[in-house]
Amino acid sequence: MSVQGPQQVLELAGVSKTFGEGATAVAALRDVDLTISAGEFVAVMGPSGSGKSSLLALAGGLDRPTSGSVFVESTPLAGLGLNDLARLRRRAVGYVFQDFNLVPTLTAAENVALPLELDGTASRKAHRQAMDALRQVGIPELADRFMDQMSGGQQQRVAIARAVVGQRRLILADEPTGALDSTTGQGVMEVLRSRAEAGAAVMLVTHEARHAAWADRVVFLRDGRIVDQAAALQDPAVLLAQAGL
Amino acid sequence: MSIRHSLLALLQDQPRYGYQLRVEFENRTGATWPLNIGQVYTTLDRLERDGLVSKDGDDGEGHVIYSITDAGKAEVGNWFAAPVERNNPPRNELAIKLALAVTIPGVDVQGIIQAQRVASIRALQDYTKARRDTATSQRPGDTAWLLVIDSLIFQTEAEVRWLDLCEARMVQQAQSAGQARRTSTGVTEAAAALHADNRR
Repeated sequence: MSVQGPQQVLELAGVSKTFGEGATAVAALRDVDLTISAGEFVAVMGPSGSGKSSLLALAGGLDRPTSGSVFVESTPLAGLGLNDLARLRRRAVGYVFQDFNLVPTLTAAENVALPLELDGTASRKAHRQAMDALRQVGIPELADRFMDQMSGGQQQRVAIARAVVGQRRLILADEPTGALDSTTGQGVMEVLRSRAEAGAAVMLVTHEARHAAWADRVVFLRDGRIVDQAAALQDPAVLLAQAGL
Repeated sequence: MSIRHSLLALLQDQPRYGYQLRVEFENRTGATWPLNIGQVYTTLDRLERDGLVSKDGDDGEGHVIYSITDAGKAEVGNWFAAPVERNNPPRNELAIKLALAVTIPGVDVQGIIQAQRVASIRALQDYTKARRDTATSQRPGDTAWLLVIDSLIFQTEAEVRWLDLCEARMVQQAQSAGQARRTSTGVTEAAAALHADNRR
């Protein structure tokens, strides 16, 4: 068990993931160490096949590493049975998928309230929190719509509301702006940013530099390894003065 | 950057002296392009010589006030109306560096691309933060500054996308070279790695 400070929401320690066996084995992640603290927004960039989505799946407990350990709020995921893992995911982890994963027979508000209700929150309270989340993503007026009555961008906002509902401590987002125009995409970044500022740890996988730039730290993956990290350190005013273009 | 036209535009706004022009220019462009006071006075001399501005006495504290002439106003009008000339693209050190790197054996082009990518993303982070902070504070007069930051964000983003493209091209080239080798001499390690990458 590794040493953790109280502020670390996510820790990956020496994590590797290999698909297949023997001669056909493919290493998706190789010995990755990554920590995200409360209030920190981290973006993961890298070419396709670099292991970005595998990293996110392991962080969210959707997949298990071949070796190494994943801790969410100091809990080692390897020690959890399926039920406990599912409970931790519902309570602590919000996941925004590339393809939304919304339930078509539920309204927007019901989709957002679903993880809370599954976790035993009373229906009325879950609905109230769902409305708060829909307000955060700017679509409270669409609460009673079904998925086939919403645009791709609106559905994506519902997916994000579901990920942030109930003050989740770890938000994981996999290319969450894929289906969106650039203005709506920026709105998504604003929501993720505000969650981080409210104390959540946010991990965003993206190939868009302008979205990654919203993060406090950008991690570059290549062939399953972290090859570089960039953090905004300078006072922007100093940087702009230096640019002197 | 046309200091000449920028100063003329500021004088069209109202008569000013040299130091005021410098401060006003930097305020309106967010101090992104610092202006040397010497440059301001040299430019004012030339503008006066060309009949575009005239000296208008002093402000009682020894500052020489300049005013725009009718010819100067016409010049500003033309400058605003005409698109920025593109027939002479500004020198792009990064493009020159990479163009040379790919043609000189033994240079780690991927290393250059990645180092630049990290630097560019860091700059993009800083610009994005500056934009966020400015947009939040919403002071009057920030609009011009926001436009300048947006321009820097777009330019830097374009740089990163171009780096991605350069890298993808290089991987493609390495791949076809690898395939050529495989058909003649068997699977090389590099080609095997690329092959594995494609299967994911």
